[in-house]
Amino acid sequence: MLFYTAKRFVLMLPVAIGVSLVCFLLVHLAPGDPLSAVLPTDASAETQAEMRKLYGFDKPLPVQYGLWLGRVLQGDLGVSIASGRPVAGEVINAVENSLVLAAAATLIGFVLGSLLGLLGGYFRGTIIDRLSSFTAVLGVSVPHYWLGMVLVIIFSVQLNWLPATGGGPQGSDSKGLNWDYIRFLVLPAITMSVIPMGIVARTVKALVAEILNQEFVQALAAKGLTERGVFRHVIKNAAPTALAVMGLQLGYLLGGSILIETVFSWPGTGFLLNAAIFQRDLPLLQGTILVLAIFFVVLNLLVDVVQTAIDPRVQRA
Amino acid sequence: MTVRWAMTGAAMLLASSFLATASTGALAQGTLRIGMTASDIPLTTGQTDNGGEGQRFLGFTAYDALVNWDLSSATKPSDLVPGLATSWTTDATDKTKWTFKLRDGVKFHDGSAFTADAVVWNLDKLLTKESPQFDPRQSAQGRSRIPAIASYKAVDPLTVEIVTKTPDATLPYQLAWIMMSSPANWEKQGKNWDNVAKSPSGTGPWKIVNFVPRERVELVPNPDYWDKPRIPKLDKMVLVPLPEANARVAALRSGQVDWIEAPAPDAVESLKKAGFDIVTNSYPHNWTWHLSRVEGSPWNDIRVRKAANLAIDRQGLKELLAGMMIPAEGFFPPGHQWFGKPSFKLTYDPAAAKKLLAEAGYSPEKPLKTKILISASGSGQMQPLPMNEFVQQNLAEVGIKVDFEVVEWNTLINIWRAGAKHESSRGGTGMNYTYFIQDPFTGFIRHLQCDLQPPAGTNWGHYCDPEMDKLFAEVRNTFDPKAQTAILQKIHEKYVDDALFLMVTHDVNPRAMSGKVKGFVQAQNWFQDFSPITMAK
Repeated sequence: MLFYTAKRFVLMLPVAIGVSLVCFLLVHLAPGDPLSAVLPTDASAETQAEMRKLYGFDKPLPVQYGLWLGRVLQGDLGVSIASGRPVAGEVINAVENSLVLAAAATLIGFVLGSLLGLLGGYFRGTIIDRLSSFTAVLGVSVPHYWLGMVLVIIFSVQLNWLPATGGGPQGSDSKGLNWDYIRFLVLPAITMSVIPMGIVARTVKALVAEILNQEFVQALAAKGLTERGVFRHVIKNAAPTALAVMGLQLGYLLGGSILIETVFSWPGTGFLLNAAIFQRDLPLLQGTILVLAIFFVVLNLLVDVVQTAIDPRVQRA
Repeated sequence: MTVRWAMTGAAMLLASSFLATASTGALAQGTLRIGMTASDIPLTTGQTDNGGEGQRFLGFTAYDALVNWDLSSATKPSDLVPGLATSWTTDATDKTKWTFKLRDGVKFHDGSAFTADAVVWNLDKLLTKESPQFDPRQSAQGRSRIPAIASYKAVDPLTVEIVTKTPDATLPYQLAWIMMSSPANWEKQGKNWDNVAKSPSGTGPWKIVNFVPRERVELVPNPDYWDKPRIPKLDKMVLVPLPEANARVAALRSGQVDWIEAPAPDAVESLKKAGFDIVTNSYPHNWTWHLSRVEGSPWNDIRVRKAANLAIDRQGLKELLAGMMIPAEGFFPPGHQWFGKPSFKLTYDPAAAKKLLAEAGYSPEKPLKTKILISASGSGQMQPLPMNEFVQQNLAEVGIKVDFEVVEWNTLINIWRAGAKHESSRGGTGMNYTYFIQDPFTGFIRHLQCDLQPPAGTNWGHYCDPEMDKLFAEVRNTFDPKAQTAILQKIHEKYVDDALFLMVTHDVNPRAMSGKVKGFVQAQNWFQDFSPITMAK
């Protein structure tokens, strides 16, 4: 087990270097001048050349990559061209905000999804089952950003119950367990929760239906267990798979969502990426992509390790 | 209770919980919250970034220039007024030597005094790389605004002398860009501009107090502002970056902000119906096709240029934009102080256009074929795709067949800098580009002066006319403002009479605001004054 983990960890390194190379090259291959964010459009050629030198964009690409990688390995992601602030600080802030949003969305998605799944599985073949399936399919099919806009129109514009945009009453610095902050979280979290909700609902429904067909359920009923008692056993049997699915969903959501965060101006990684792309802010773009990519690499490693711990067959394969 | 009942109950609870969110009460009064189009808070240290919007919200609010813009009137064109300098003169014998008399008793927000040394310090901040306070970010924004300056010195605490490279009467316009930050505050913040950004200090009517990067910045009135009538009436002004147009509209409609910049044109009708005010005004902006004058360009023939200008149905275009434009009558908006009296009228006259084209050897059957570079979006570009298609159709009707090469906005900027001869222009003979035309340099000189052909400058089309250059030189050598205005009018007349651009329209700088916002006067300028605004209860 230890050996396997170590091997996987070593294998992660070339992947991480590959990722850094790809995200460096991608942003440099894209058209546009990285200095357009900081220079007035009619800046003189001399000013442009000077700024290019100042930011090191005058050096050949491989040299730029080497310098950048060297700094990254020391934990320095550079300084945003557009804002002048250290990229690491900006990314950490954004990751924090995305984390809050992802956790809230997963929670909502898991609770609603499980409930829908249980209802659907339990009332197989009835109208409730069909409603539950319909909602689950809707959840995975509806475009996020569209749902976000519709929710904003209904709950912010028409009913005026919840704020339409922003990361908190005084910005995301005002994070806290109070309604003033949470009300900013409600709409983006609900919008983000529909996909995990749909997926969890379908999984749970299939699980419940399958478990209810198993002989031990009939045996339990035959032994005289109450309906509630039988159901508790069903839930216990379905829970591990449902939790695993939820874990994966949380992983996906942690990456943030450019669309949802842009629609709600939620200051997470997606919003940051969007701003970085539009401003041609290369250091910020590279830094954010790198952090997200490394995050996924680590997440994959963790999943593999945990899976191996649970299921030794994976290790042998 | 059976499982079935429990589950049904849970389902109902679930449905109702969606609807159980409570409404919040009324919002604080005396606070104006504005949704900007920028995706981040513009630079707060003095010389702002994010173009005209940055200067509008974090330049002229917290800072002053030696020379300010008069932003007090919505009806008359906006001109220069004394700012931190009360008067300026040039030496009778040496026209490159300027003397600026400074306003006495002005204090920065941190309490330190504004003096001639502070002016020198601020110019060093932008121009002198060896100075400890040199800030590359502010320099990138500010240096290209003051190309005329050769040297400067403090003569006494309230007098500054500035020497220009050549006689240049446009210096006051150039200096109107340069914001004065506090040297004492920079010292106090550990001589570090990143720290200054968090707690900046200027002399302006507003003080920057709370700054959350990317999310919001708060400004409060400066009760000690030197221009007493311009001490803000509000308690507070909050600026929120909302780059996405729909998010801005939603924020306004849900009452999260009271004012948004540039509402999406298709949202204007519904905003009006919902009781919001749409405020518009003319300002020095234009939407043109910048024409190439490189050898072989069809636009070298004045008949073709005039024909194109006569072929555009500007009223029809206005309908397309739901009225949100001012049809061009020249390069500057009608009514501008430099408009003059051009003899060529930009009417919609397809017959006259056809006649001119026929003289030049073209007809709808044997059309002139050419390629124009356009962008799909971009700051100030309005609605470039439908608008360009409209113009394309108009031109096709008289015998000019245009193909578009659509490039991304930042690519177009790079092509614009590279010039029409550069390979990146891909043989395009024109470019749809919108201009900030606020002063003689940005308005006229940079587009057409011979020695500003790329790569030296942004005369994209490589236009060169000694007669025009002579007029530009006259502007720079005429120090009496009235006489200078007369020459600027002459230049504009030549722009129009020679049909040097395809002049299509001007934006109206729309902003949408709640009915509670009172007292705002939208000046005919890129910058605005927020001091007279109040919020109704």
